[in-house]
Amino acid sequence: MTISRRNFLKVAGAAGGALLAGGASPARAAQSPQTSAGGVEFNGMLIDTTKCIGCRACEEACNEANKLPKPKVSFSTESVFEETRDTTTGAYTVVNRFQNGKNPEEPVFVRKQCMHCNQPACASACLCRAMEKTKEAAVIYHKDRCMGCRYCMVACPFDIPRFEYDSPTPFVWKCIFCNERQMRGEQPACSEACPTGATLFGKKRDLLEIARSRIYSEPDKYLHKIYGEHEVGGTGWLYLIGQPEEKLGLKTNLPTTPYPELTSGFLYGVPLVFVLWPSLLIGLNYLIKDSKVGETKEASHDERD
Amino acid sequence: MTNGTDASGASVEGAMTFRQIARETIRFVLSELKPKGKLLTPFNVITGVIILSGLVMIAVRFAYGLGAVSNLSQNYPWGIWIGFDVVTGVAFAGGAYILTFVVHILKIKKFEPIVRVTVLNGFLAYVFYAGALLLDLGRPWNVINPIIGNAFGLSSVLFLVAWHFLLYMICEFLEFSPAVAEWLHWPKARRILEGLTTGAVIFGITLSTLHQSGLGALFLLAPTKVHPLWYSGNIPVMFFVSSIFAGLSMVMIESFFTKKAFKDRIGHELHAAHDSILLGLGKGAVGALFAYIFLKLIDFVHYKQWAYLDTPMGYWYLFEIVGFVLLPTALFLQAIRKRSPRLVQFTAFLTAAGVILNRLNVSVIGFKWYETVRYYPSFYEIWITLAIISMELWVFRWVILRMPVFGVPHEVVEEKTAEDLEVVTWKASVL
Repeated sequence: MTISRRNFLKVAGAAGGALLAGGASPARAAQSPQTSAGGVEFNGMLIDTTKCIGCRACEEACNEANKLPKPKVSFSTESVFEETRDTTTGAYTVVNRFQNGKNPEEPVFVRKQCMHCNQPACASACLCRAMEKTKEAAVIYHKDRCMGCRYCMVACPFDIPRFEYDSPTPFVWKCIFCNERQMRGEQPACSEACPTGATLFGKKRDLLEIARSRIYSEPDKYLHKIYGEHEVGGTGWLYLIGQPEEKLGLKTNLPTTPYPELTSGFLYGVPLVFVLWPSLLIGLNYLIKDSKVGETKEASHDERD
Repeated sequence: MTNGTDASGASVEGAMTFRQIARETIRFVLSELKPKGKLLTPFNVITGVIILSGLVMIAVRFAYGLGAVSNLSQNYPWGIWIGFDVVTGVAFAGGAYILTFVVHILKIKKFEPIVRVTVLNGFLAYVFYAGALLLDLGRPWNVINPIIGNAFGLSSVLFLVAWHFLLYMICEFLEFSPAVAEWLHWPKARRILEGLTTGAVIFGITLSTLHQSGLGALFLLAPTKVHPLWYSGNIPVMFFVSSIFAGLSMVMIESFFTKKAFKDRIGHELHAAHDSILLGLGKGAVGALFAYIFLKLIDFVHYKQWAYLDTPMGYWYLFEIVGFVLLPTALFLQAIRKRSPRLVQFTAFLTAAGVILNRLNVSVIGFKWYETVRYYPSFYEIWITLAIISMELWVFRWVILRMPVFGVPHEVVEEKTAEDLEVVTWKASVL
């Protein structure tokens, strides 16, 4: 108990500090930016796993808004929870049921979909910019550019992009944060449909404050962390969880490094090699040519039998 | 070709000769297209069947999608077409940039007789194994997007690798092109192309450094998916260094086969110097192996990898390091000390097996090792890979039997009689 009390104070202090500084604390901002490079406030989504009742209204709304194929069983069928489902090319989001460690009577429901990373691995992996992070937050997909190399799938820390293996003209599908609706000033279909507020749309900065205040007011209900705040450099979608993420089907052990930074060191080296290698090789070539000319003929046969 | 300078003069005569040359060249190339030697050899029959059935499978793949022939899944987006054909195949093609460096930059004459065949091998490896990438792409017709500039993914390692594949293929073709010009009896073109060689070599070495390491850098984006024993920030450097001994051991293996299969095509120089060349290649490989061992050791300490040693993947890792890195190093040293070309050649096979193992461990075997349902290649994936290798061997043989590849003196390549060509036979049984 004392541990959780101390943690709680830490979180409250951090939240208060962030409030006082107007959220502009440079150290925080460096770790997990809440605005895009152009200074536009990121939109985000707060998933409160303790509020989700597993009604799958988000799945249904997503299906309609994105004109996805209708599933074989209706969205009110509860038997789908018997196994842990994954997103597919035809389902950008799925709700799964997990055991509640605190109260076995009441299971926990957790959504899965694209996390819309602040600095997405998929977009940095894509060689034709088919995956793109908009300045508002959504990671969208340009199907006309994609060549189907599936490097985005290799790179994605959350294993989200889905490829149409059974199509001769395949695309990659994933949640696009209802980008067009957002452009029209509407909120995404899933958060609009959510009856309990378990999926909450807003500015990411505001959502973080809401999340902290919920942890503050109910310290025993929540783990004192916001999943997605620091993972892979921060994600647009944030999760409030009541039990460890590994028991909720969320990826664990993710680094806090933004993924593009993993390859940036190598990529910075490229122009260096392009400048240094040719100059060194040309120099070496001349050097050896000169020394060979200076030598007598027999020196060129340097092999001995 | 020839009237490039007097084109402004618009001399009819020049145009005529150009047309004549063109017509003659076409006739010559057409006559060269015909197969030489016996058609129904065991090698031809087996590889022919593999290629034909492979083409059918490729047709199925394009008609019904990747899922129809491969075991790829949402969890395992990359299989052996990437892990073996591209990642491993390109490492083996590394011999070309090493040997062009040694011969054209360091001007070590000893290795000159094998430069052409190595460059040819490298070029074909890129054409076929990087070409196999097109089979793996879901929408291969969009492969031009990052080339023509309507969508430059500048932050992508794969963008770099794709561009470098393309540019390096051009470099290797330029490096090999004097042999093509000799074959076509274009002495003027040959002189011009030969003048481009040094430039192509320098550019090619630069490109190779970057894309050999770039293939490793691809996996930097999967820190939670590649097994910690293989994941490292140094993976680009390790891929580069291992491409040196991968390429060199492939040259040795290739010489093992070509010396038997193309006995008649091998020039006197190469025959005489063969053993000495092999020992030299072995020395080069040992140097690179030592560098690699030290890199692995640094990683082992830095990433505290010993924690994983006492696991199944740990034993597998030790199997790779002890059996296919340390052992080849020791054997190469022994072979060099005893001056045994046979042992060098044997060790080359061992080293190459180690490189295959390493590349597959990074890209397939150690990739998402924690999943309960694992990827393994389908029969079709393996078969199509075999078909691609067979096609490459056919083209390789076609070129070897026609162009001066094995250190044949340039002057010799004059008129050849039909009987001369008939003498050349393909000793397929060796393969």
